Amino acid sequence: MAKAVSIQIDGIEVQAEEGQNLVDAIRGAGVFIPSLCYYEHIQPPLGTCRVCTVLVNGKPTASCTATVKPGMKVVTQTKELEDVRKGMVEMLFAEGNHFCPACEKSGDCDLQGLGYRLGVTATRFPHLFVNRLIDYRPERMVIDHNRCIRCRRCVEEVHTDAGKAVFSFVNRGKDTEVAIDYKAETELTEAQALQAMHLCPVGAILVRGKSLARPVGERKYDQPGQGWEKEEGAIEVPAPKPGAPKKVVATTSLAGCFGCHMSLLDIDEELLDVVELVDFNKSPITDVKAFEGRCDVGIIEGGCCNSENVEVLRAFREHCDILIGVGECAIWGGLPAMRNFIPIEECLLEAYGRTTELEDSKVVIPKHEDLPELLDRVYGCQEIVRMDYFIPGCPPDARHIWKVLKHALFGQPYALTHEEFKYD
Amino acid sequence: MQPATDLPDRRTLLNDLWAIQLEKRHISDQGIKTLAARYQISEVEIEGVVSFYHFFHRQPTGQYTIYVNNSVTAVHSGMGAVISAFEEATGARIGQTDPTGTFGLYETSCIGLCDLEPACLINFQPFTHLTPQKVKALVWQLRRGVPVEQLANPIPQHLRYQLPPDRAVLLRPFVPGETLKPLLQLDPEEVLSTLEASGLRGMGGAFFPVGKKWRLCREQPGNEKYILCNADEGEPGTFKDRMLLQYLPGLVIEGMIHAAYATGAAEGWIYLRAEYRWLLPELEAAVAAYYDRGWLGAQIPAKTPFRFDIHIQLGAGAYVCGEETAMMNSLEGLRGEPRVRTYFPVERGYRQKPTVVNNVETFAAAARVLEVGAERFAALGTPQMKGTRLLSIAGDCERPGIYEIEWGTRLAEVLDWAGAKSTLAVQISGPSGQCIDPNYGDSCFDWDDLRCGGAVTIFNTQRDLLQILRNFSNFFAEESCGVCTPCRAGNFIFTRKLDKLAKGLGRADDYVEIQNWSNIMRQTSRCGLGRAATHALLTAMEHFPGYFSRYFTPNGVAGAQPFDLEAAVSDYRETVNKTLGTTKTN
Ligand SMILES: Cc1cc2nc3c(=O)[nH]c(=O)nc-3n(C[C@H](O)[C@H](O)[C@H](O)COP(=O)(O)O)c2cc1C
Ligand code: SF4
Ligand code: SF4
Ligand code: SF4
Ligand code: FES
Repeated sequence: MAKAVSIQIDGIEVQAEEGQNLVDAIRGAGVFIPSLCYYEHIQPPLGTCRVCTVLVNGKPTASCTATVKPGMKVVTQTKELEDVRKGMVEMLFAEGNHFCPACEKSGDCDLQGLGYRLGVTATRFPHLFVNRLIDYRPERMVIDHNRCIRCRRCVEEVHTDAGKAVFSFVNRGKDTEVAIDYKAETELTEAQALQAMHLCPVGAILVRGKSLARPVGERKYDQPGQGWEKEEGAIEVPAPKPGAPKKVVATTSLAGCFGCHMSLLDIDEELLDVVELVDFNKSPITDVKAFEGRCDVGIIEGGCCNSENVEVLRAFREHCDILIGVGECAIWGGLPAMRNFIPIEECLLEAYGRTTELEDSKVVIPKHEDLPELLDRVYGCQEIVRMDYFIPGCPPDARHIWKVLKHALFGQPYALTHEEFKYD
Repeated sequence: MQPATDLPDRRTLLNDLWAIQLEKRHISDQGIKTLAARYQISEVEIEGVVSFYHFFHRQPTGQYTIYVNNSVTAVHSGMGAVISAFEEATGARIGQTDPTGTFGLYETSCIGLCDLEPACLINFQPFTHLTPQKVKALVWQLRRGVPVEQLANPIPQHLRYQLPPDRAVLLRPFVPGETLKPLLQLDPEEVLSTLEASGLRGMGGAFFPVGKKWRLCREQPGNEKYILCNADEGEPGTFKDRMLLQYLPGLVIEGMIHAAYATGAAEGWIYLRAEYRWLLPELEAAVAAYYDRGWLGAQIPAKTPFRFDIHIQLGAGAYVCGEETAMMNSLEGLRGEPRVRTYFPVERGYRQKPTVVNNVETFAAAARVLEVGAERFAALGTPQMKGTRLLSIAGDCERPGIYEIEWGTRLAEVLDWAGAKSTLAVQISGPSGQCIDPNYGDSCFDWDDLRCGGAVTIFNTQRDLLQILRNFSNFFAEESCGVCTPCRAGNFIFTRKLDKLAKGLGRADDYVEIQNWSNIMRQTSRCGLGRAATHALLTAMEHFPGYFSRYFTPNGVAGAQPFDLEAAVSDYRETVNKTLGTTKTN
């Protein structure tokens, strides 16, 4: 049995086992520390994701790569460290292509879970939109490189009975990715393949026919995690002061599917309160097409895929005091951004340049002065104008929208629940 | 990540790959299969090693493989025209071979010839001061079958500034074996205390005290210990190690012999970057000469005679392999990824055994310390930085080359010696160092001022700072080992950010964002590459605050971001025009 020694975590003396992994020691002391690549029995630790960064004796260190030494001073909770760790998670989202609503692992994904836990609504970094492979060549597996966070677990852990590696990193620098050995993969047993899928923290390794096991509601991150704030009772809507002008709200759907607007209407009977309190200017709800004056809050669904979207969004910014982006599409492009990997020429030719008819027909790509022009890719709203709030989800939970809206209109505080904060 | 001991020894893998690459001009599927069988590992693992190093190719690279240096000094001295000339003369497009497979033309990171730019390697032989005319003549001669070695340029020593004999340390007359003589009188312990007394620090960038490092290694239990000479010199703009290896290889070897004696290591490696492959025959001859004299091998004369062998390992193109633990992985035949810092190399290094890694110049300086004595060495320099340092000076100046300066020398003086005129900025220590305004304050080379890693690169007022910084940023995005998030993704994100600035789509907020993002990378990156990658950008923004604002768009409509709508719809318009009147396909 290892020796118990005393260390300091955030200024508090705690006991830990000498030589114990620092992540475990921190957690043992009841302090939350995120991790993604850390896998208890891999030695030496992988230390690839860096989301577990803390200060050890004043020096920034990935805590999973440190072990407990007597008297060490660990700082985990400063504003800066929290921002740095959150930045790491945001970077992984910006680097990959994470379309959670279309992902088999959604709800069971550690990256997503951390996004929820750290309250990532939008990444501070531009999404890179690199066209990554979905590899269907393995016999039993599918490897979706869009989702791989290069944690290296599969590289270290997945071997055939003969001891051969099944995965390896290939390339270098920004092009580094994981690759699978097609021959070794065929030598894996069913159980080994499933093990590979389960140890992957995200949805990058899938075993055909086995990837949609758990129903929504029973997935790992559907339930509140450690430290999630509980809902603090319903928020009272203040009665409008007699004679006070009603608040004005405008909404629009840009490159979205109207799903977020449906969710907005899902507020149910509370919608009636809303109508009491606010006027809708320019909104598909009222079909008012042009701004009639200043608005208190603008609600944007969808990103920008054409010139009209850009103009509308700019007009919203000009006329609204507060702009709220609702849903993944508004935040970074969302599902429409799946076209961002494909040159626009190819997209247009696929839509207008192919025919199944026998006779020759001409390519006619719609173009008219009344038609908006397509942008080279789909842009998130914050790339076009400054945004004030984002509400994640595809679509976001109606209660979440309502809380944010109330907050924005009346300056009331609100507490989100785990069930409301979702990307899918 | 670190080798499991039950796997077959992979140390020869890099050499095997080199043999295939040089013979077949690429590494074919068959080559991968053969090696996978030989080492009893999966093909994908071989693929992983091959794709890590940029001189290993999976596609044929031509009978003549041309690598044109794309470091910033090369760009400034006419790389673009040289590449065009090569394209025209060979028929190969950059990144490819010509249709006949005779010539392959590629860009590569700094090849350590920045005093002789534009330069390239053809079949790993150096060609310098290229011009379009020279390129044409060169290709013509190659086509006529003149051997590459015959055409290659001699590389001058370019010693531009030497200290007076009583102050010079490295650049003074060298008599082989001279620095080894004191060993006849000294115990290993006395060698260590001499070095400690000298105050000599490592010259590879981290400046760790040399005596202390060697002592830590000596104190480790066990007999299997290693000495590694870091001759990877990858930091763009640095070429002092190249000069030492070419003109004073004996001094470097003698430094390694001292290290072996002091630590008890019996085996040493020189990890030579592949860009210096042309130095290999001479270096091998130099090592052989030491064996001939009995200064290497089983019975090296000393107060207590000892055994020491030196091998040379050629890298294969990867800047990060200069990081000491990456270098150890590379020597072990793995991808050159820096290790997780659970141990120091002196505790567990190469093959998990205690290992001393030092820079080429460090070994040379250590040998000199034994020769001239700790006292004389320690009297030079400043209280914190003893002795001298070699500078590789390049860029916009009249006398690019090697300078031996005493620590404490002022930058202004050095620029003057070099003949730098209308200087806008000076890059200290290469892209991972500082980008400073030389007219700002009176900087000198010292511990808490310009702690220079060896490179001084000069830019005059004709140069575009942002273009320089983008060159650096692309370098890091390519050369990151890719293993940790902040460096792999962060450097990529920074290249996009700078592209945006260059398009005039920046905002004043970008200042704040760049600082925040850099701080994230600095705090989280696993090794020095990621931690230092934005150093130049940050210091440039600090020293040239006015410079960047010209890339900022004033905010238009309140709250609107700079966005070029015309540019964003141009692809669509082009496609419409291009397809007008064409027929559908099925
Ligand atoms: C990305 C990176 C690249 C490096 N490249 C080199 C190099 O080319 N040559 C070198 O001597 N040290 C290089 N270093 C420093 C080495 O890791 C190590 O500190 C050095 O070789 C130790 O030798 P010294 O104590 O003699 O300086 C590099 C470090 C990093 C992080
Ligand atoms: S669920 Fe996880 S892996 Fe899947 S898209 Fe979302 S973040 Fe990516
Ligand atoms: S495939 Fe999964 S386990 Fe493997 S490196 Fe990628 S994220 Fe990690
Ligand atoms: S900082 Fe960069 S080079 Fe260093 S380990 Fe991380 S990815 Fe590799
Ligand atoms: S969990 Fe520590 S680096 Fe990934």
